[in-house]
Amino acid sequence: MDENELRTVVIATLKTIAPEVEEGDLRADRPLRNQVDLDSMDWLNILIGLHQKLQVDIPEADYARLVTLGDVLDYLRKKLK
Amino acid sequence: MKMTYREAIRQAMFDALAADPRVFLMGEDVGRYGGSYACSKGFLEEFGAERIRDTPLSELGFVGAGIGAALGGLRPIVEVMTVNFSLLALDQIVNTAAALRHMSGGQFSVPLVLRMATGAGRQLAAQHSHSLENWYAHIPGIRVLAPATIGDARGMLAPALADPDPVVIFEHAQLYNLEGALPDDWRCDIATAAVRREGTDVSLITYGGSLPKVFAAAEQLAAEGIDAEVIDLRVLRPLDTETIAASLRKTHKAVVVDEGWKSGSLAAEVMARLVEECFYDLDAPPARVCSEEVPIPYARHMEEAALPQVPKIVSAVKQVIGK
Amino acid sequence: MIEFKLPSLGADMDEGKLLEWKVRPGDTVKKGQVVAIVDTSKAAVDVEIWCEGTVFELLTEPDETIPVGTVMATLLEAGESAETAKRAPRAAPAPKAAATPSHPGPLPRHGGEGIVSGRRRVSPAARKHAEELGVDIETVAGSGPEGAVTLADVEQAAAAAKVSPTRTAAVTDKVADKAAEMRRAIAAAMGRSKREIPHYYLSEPVPMRRATEWLAQANEGRPITARLLMAVLQLKAVALALRKFPEMNGYFRDGAFQPATAAHIGVAISLRQGGLIAPAIHDVGEKSLEQLMLDLADLVKRARAGSLRSSEMSDPTITVTNLGEQGVAAVYGVIYPPQVALVGFGRIGEQPWVENNALGVMPVATASLAADHRVSDGHRGALFLAALRDQLQEPEKL
Repeated sequence: MDENELRTVVIATLKTIAPEVEEGDLRADRPLRNQVDLDSMDWLNILIGLHQKLQVDIPEADYARLVTLGDVLDYLRKKLK
Repeated sequence: MKMTYREAIRQAMFDALAADPRVFLMGEDVGRYGGSYACSKGFLEEFGAERIRDTPLSELGFVGAGIGAALGGLRPIVEVMTVNFSLLALDQIVNTAAALRHMSGGQFSVPLVLRMATGAGRQLAAQHSHSLENWYAHIPGIRVLAPATIGDARGMLAPALADPDPVVIFEHAQLYNLEGALPDDWRCDIATAAVRREGTDVSLITYGGSLPKVFAAAEQLAAEGIDAEVIDLRVLRPLDTETIAASLRKTHKAVVVDEGWKSGSLAAEVMARLVEECFYDLDAPPARVCSEEVPIPYARHMEEAALPQVPKIVSAVKQVIGK
Repeated sequence: MIEFKLPSLGADMDEGKLLEWKVRPGDTVKKGQVVAIVDTSKAAVDVEIWCEGTVFELLTEPDETIPVGTVMATLLEAGESAETAKRAPRAAPAPKAAATPSHPGPLPRHGGEGIVSGRRRVSPAARKHAEELGVDIETVAGSGPEGAVTLADVEQAAAAAKVSPTRTAAVTDKVADKAAEMRRAIAAAMGRSKREIPHYYLSEPVPMRRATEWLAQANEGRPITARLLMAVLQLKAVALALRKFPEMNGYFRDGAFQPATAAHIGVAISLRQGGLIAPAIHDVGEKSLEQLMLDLADLVKRARAGSLRSSEMSDPTITVTNLGEQGVAAVYGVIYPPQVALVGFGRIGEQPWVENNALGVMPVATASLAADHRVSDGHRGALFLAALRDQLQEPEKL
């Protein structure tokens, strides 16, 4: 899976929870939950969605590392290798 | 020029008698007595007994004689003392005068003018006080007029005499003493209703003796910020639906004031037409102020209570407007 | 003969629009079965029935808007036949196609029974003009005789609508209408709350170290799909604390407090398109954290999809709001009538904290209580918050 495909999957998953999100408006270097109105239930559902689509396990201990969209993409890329 | 309604009627008849030798006046007490409402005072002396004819107390007889004279080429003005008494002549009016043109295939016309007093308010009790204009307005073949102003009292007779068919003119007995300015041009048609006061909030539709009450109500409403339009029907048959519909399309609300009884009244006819013509312009159910459904009482307070009065009109308007 | 009436699905609901029947005449129904879907101003709600019988007649058509309390259907009881039912006197005829004004104003009354029937009064001119102007007549308040909607009312509504710039395409219109409707419903309920309920407010910082540590540990061994959220611990803690403080849990109705026997906690869920809904999780005190997590996830999902059940809408006995998710330190809520209390949680943030005579750093969340002074006093409220705090210090017992 290349960078673009991965990004597409993440954005699509995000949109299942927050359909109003416009990809172009998202800054990859800013905290995601500040840009998109997500509560902990939303966040959990997004992670569950990524887990199901990508077969990646995301321990709760790693949540702290997943702050920006860039963080999420980096994290997943490493996990997928 | 200021004058009374009575004087306007008198001048109209005087002019007609003077202008056309075919015109003559016939009725109870029109000659020697000068008319029960003094509308023909001095006429006997002026025009002579041939043209100013006192009749016996037989409405059936002298209305029939009038019809015969009209058929024979004259232009009779027949005065009946009150509409109550005219019921004795209904056969002549409905079965003969109104029907002859139709029954003769247009060969005969009956250019008769029938004047009569109508209405209550003078403690004359149940046999002299009724408003039966709607009875006549029901009949095809006659034209029915209700002059309610000095101008119409002065102006309506000439076109009525010129009409080749029977015309019934109702003069409300309460109006004879009404005083007002005679318009410079008092000549008028006998086909249309008149907007007597322009307004935007509600259409008050009336005729005859109720017009002054409706004016008073409109003034009172104006003081309370309600701008009423006043429509004087003038011609009760055929009704000028267009004028009342146009008013309603502007105001969207209507109160009909009619001294007749509600059931089967002219007010009912007006309301029916409003609903037929203007249903989608109505912003409230139309309302009626009519006489109570009793023979008009004799006692003053009861007679007053039985008739449409200014406070009843005002309160009906407020109800329609929702205030 | 059983009459099935449109239930009130919340203090802010006075009418509903039938979207769909889930039953047909002749069907037998069980307690708790969803029989219809009704659109309130907030959501499409699955309406359940609470009696058993056989559907006899459906009296409301889909797309009809009817006032709360309207008989929507009749059912035959066991042993009743259509014949006997027909002969049985019906107390009040079902107001077919009835829609009462959704705004205050004198209601049309017929006869001496005071039963509202017939359709809403709208003058013909008003109806026509509303069509011309594209104004939804059902949203216009009537000021005319007997509460009728008049031309002036329509013009006023049209003028008001012009001010809001959301009337372009039909689709955005619908969304905007829905949002405006929900805004009105919230305004009505919250306005009533602030007018009628003498609120008092208390807050208490709650140390959250034990709870967060316990939660981290509990989630460590779980697959992501089975993980718990702190919100679930908070809900359970509220339910357990309520056991000793029944005066926080129930309804204030007809001038008296009616305590509830179970804790059905309304969870404030904000909707992405705007607005708020607070459906209940039932019997929170009796459920495991795992079960509560499933319930909460399901409830949030359905709330956002707009498919809630009538019992969830109508019977929360207390509401919990967690605005801490959005980062605020504390929340002082408005009680949702006829409930008598609302518990709020602020964000969990690290704060200097003195423990055992030593200054340290502690994750702390501010718990707050808005409660109805007609039912309870600040003293009891304070004890309740202390009990809630203590519950969260023993997460293993939740």
